[in-house]
Amino acid sequence: MQKMLLLGDEAIAQAAIDAGMSGIFAYPGTPSTEINEYVQASKQAKEQKVFATWAANEKTAMEAALGVSYVGKRSMTCMKHVGLNVAADAFINSAMTGANGGLVVVSADDPSMHSSQNEQDSRFYGKYAMIPTLEPSNQQEAYDMVFYGFELSEKLQTPVLLRITTRLAHSRAGIVRKPVRKPNEISLPSDPKQFILLPAIARGRYKGLLKNQDRFLEESETSGFNTYLDADDKSLGIIASGIAYNYLVENYPDKKVPYPVLKINQYPIPRNLIARLERECDKVLLLEEGAPLIEELLKGYLSKNLNITGRLDGTIPRDGELNPNIVARALGLADSQGREIPDVVMGRPPSLCVGCGHIDVYKALNEALLEYSAGRVFSDIGCYTLGALAPFNAINTCVDMGASITMAKGAADVGFVPAVAVIGDSTFTHSGMTGLLDAVNDNSNITVIISDNSTTGMTGGQKSAAFGKVEAICRGLGVDEEHMRTIKPLKKNHEENLKVIVEELKYEGLSVIIPRRECIQTLNKRMRQKAKIKELKTQKN
Amino acid sequence: MKRDIILAGVGGQGILSIAASIGLAAVDAGLFLKQAEVHGMSQRGGDVQSNLRVSDKEIASDLIPYGKADMILSVEPMESLRYLPWLSPDGWLITNSTAFPNIPNYPKEDDIMVEIKKQPNHIIIDADFLAKELGAPRSANMVMLGAATPFLGIDYKHLEIAIRQLFGKKGEKIVQINIDAMIAGEEFARNYVK
Repeated sequence: MQKMLLLGDEAIAQAAIDAGMSGIFAYPGTPSTEINEYVQASKQAKEQKVFATWAANEKTAMEAALGVSYVGKRSMTCMKHVGLNVAADAFINSAMTGANGGLVVVSADDPSMHSSQNEQDSRFYGKYAMIPTLEPSNQQEAYDMVFYGFELSEKLQTPVLLRITTRLAHSRAGIVRKPVRKPNEISLPSDPKQFILLPAIARGRYKGLLKNQDRFLEESETSGFNTYLDADDKSLGIIASGIAYNYLVENYPDKKVPYPVLKINQYPIPRNLIARLERECDKVLLLEEGAPLIEELLKGYLSKNLNITGRLDGTIPRDGELNPNIVARALGLADSQGREIPDVVMGRPPSLCVGCGHIDVYKALNEALLEYSAGRVFSDIGCYTLGALAPFNAINTCVDMGASITMAKGAADVGFVPAVAVIGDSTFTHSGMTGLLDAVNDNSNITVIISDNSTTGMTGGQKSAAFGKVEAICRGLGVDEEHMRTIKPLKKNHEENLKVIVEELKYEGLSVIIPRRECIQTLNKRMRQKAKIKELKTQKN
Repeated sequence: MKRDIILAGVGGQGILSIAASIGLAAVDAGLFLKQAEVHGMSQRGGDVQSNLRVSDKEIASDLIPYGKADMILSVEPMESLRYLPWLSPDGWLITNSTAFPNIPNYPKEDDIMVEIKKQPNHIIIDADFLAKELGAPRSANMVMLGAATPFLGIDYKHLEIAIRQLFGKKGEKIVQINIDAMIAGEEFARNYVK
């Protein structure tokens, strides 16, 4: 079979389609977005009637996927690492209910924070929930692991976490596919109480989960995804997890590492294999893409085991993603380096697109705030976060999805007035609505700007759950109609828009301003498609 | 055979189309390939790069080690210099000469050219001009692809197949424009190094 050239994300999507998945639910987030995008664009998925949608947030996505599992069909939910925080309640409890149909949760970590606010390591969530976790080292393994993950999930009746990182998600490689498997028919769990986490039942479920740990461990020892590669030189043994393995073998011609290597791609960590490496080698080097999870386990709290090296003792930097050079230095190999970057090269940070509506919002807001002291704008996660950079320098916070409204509320509730929240439409329906309800209930003296570009812009223009609903939602939550103002952020409307913002900043109570203008990127895309259709029509005539 | 290439540019300039063309050509030629891209925030007008690795043996790392790249292929002159730490001393620096100055402190173009010419193996090509001359102003990235072809180690026929695959949906006219742009780039590069 001809190999398919796929991103890691796309390989996961293709595998899920081939493995008979019935539903996929996700919220866009770099570097996970392309999984659901691929399924949504796939003809094969359409033919197989795979339900593929963008959810309002990661929690609703996780729960919908659990619902699919409940009825016995295979499902997947995908998110970026911080999205798993949002889905955590459902995720941790899904370990208690267990799965019926195969359930694979994909969490895409972003070490070095290429497009994120932290570099948390999702493997901790797998350990915390006490469920099997898979961590592919390459795109082919990612494909194969989705098949295995669904099977494991159904065999051991547990959700399975698939942890990937940016480099795997956004790197393309040739993939060999497996034969397509038919989707499951609907069949409810054999135990009708499996999904009822009433304390009395939950206690029993928890004992079951604890008992299952031995089976999870046995799978880790024997599945074939964890491999012990023996070698003669026992002065060092290396544990390489996930894609760290690639950076290791990159440093040796023909992949021949002179030391024994334990390649870890499945958790819980394989006790026997690790014990063997520790027993047979003088010293152990840990190579982990992400946090020193295995290293801390092996080293112990008092760090008495001095023969373990890695991120904790500085052999490897404590933060940031790995690369072949970092690993070379840790192994004492010759490091390579090209010319230094000449001084003439300037930084080129990302910026708001020319013609973006957020620009007009920030210009008006900055001017309106001139008469007040600085530090009053609480913002959120999205393209508009770029308002933090020059020339706007317009925002003062960006923490997590929805935190703009609630942080502004907290600040205003104790007397910091005026306080402004700037949030996008998709982020508003993701996690801003509940905070706005809090503000309505307390009549908090804040000005909320829902900068509505009618899409999920930063991740490339996915459908926004808020589309066409923002005013109705605000009204429903109880926002005063008189202080709910929709404006059009255009240069020519600057004076008018400025007046609206000034008025609402002065108003003592809750106001919501909705600047609405379509994202310039999605608008251009739509116009190009329109032109193409027109051209095709004229060709036909 | 092994080629490690850093593709460079500014978000929105189309380096991913170059990457996809080489990628499809490599697969068509039965070679192994890994190609790491940048998605997300930096695509908004920031500096972007792609690590493209082609080999007749299986490839381990998605990232090219420092000092080991065989080529930097850049659609913007200042961006071509940002990745010098990855370029091997005898590697090729192939860059478009048309600047994309979307920052207030963009350096003098002459200063950039001085640094580019310090690399013993370099090709400077006005891809935007060549593309315009062909009546295909949006195909500057394919001119750049063409300029790299003499050093790619992949037969031309595979690249043409790749372009057909990539642009086929847009009709034969677009396919031909892109093939012409690629040929123009290749001719320029061959004359440049003579």
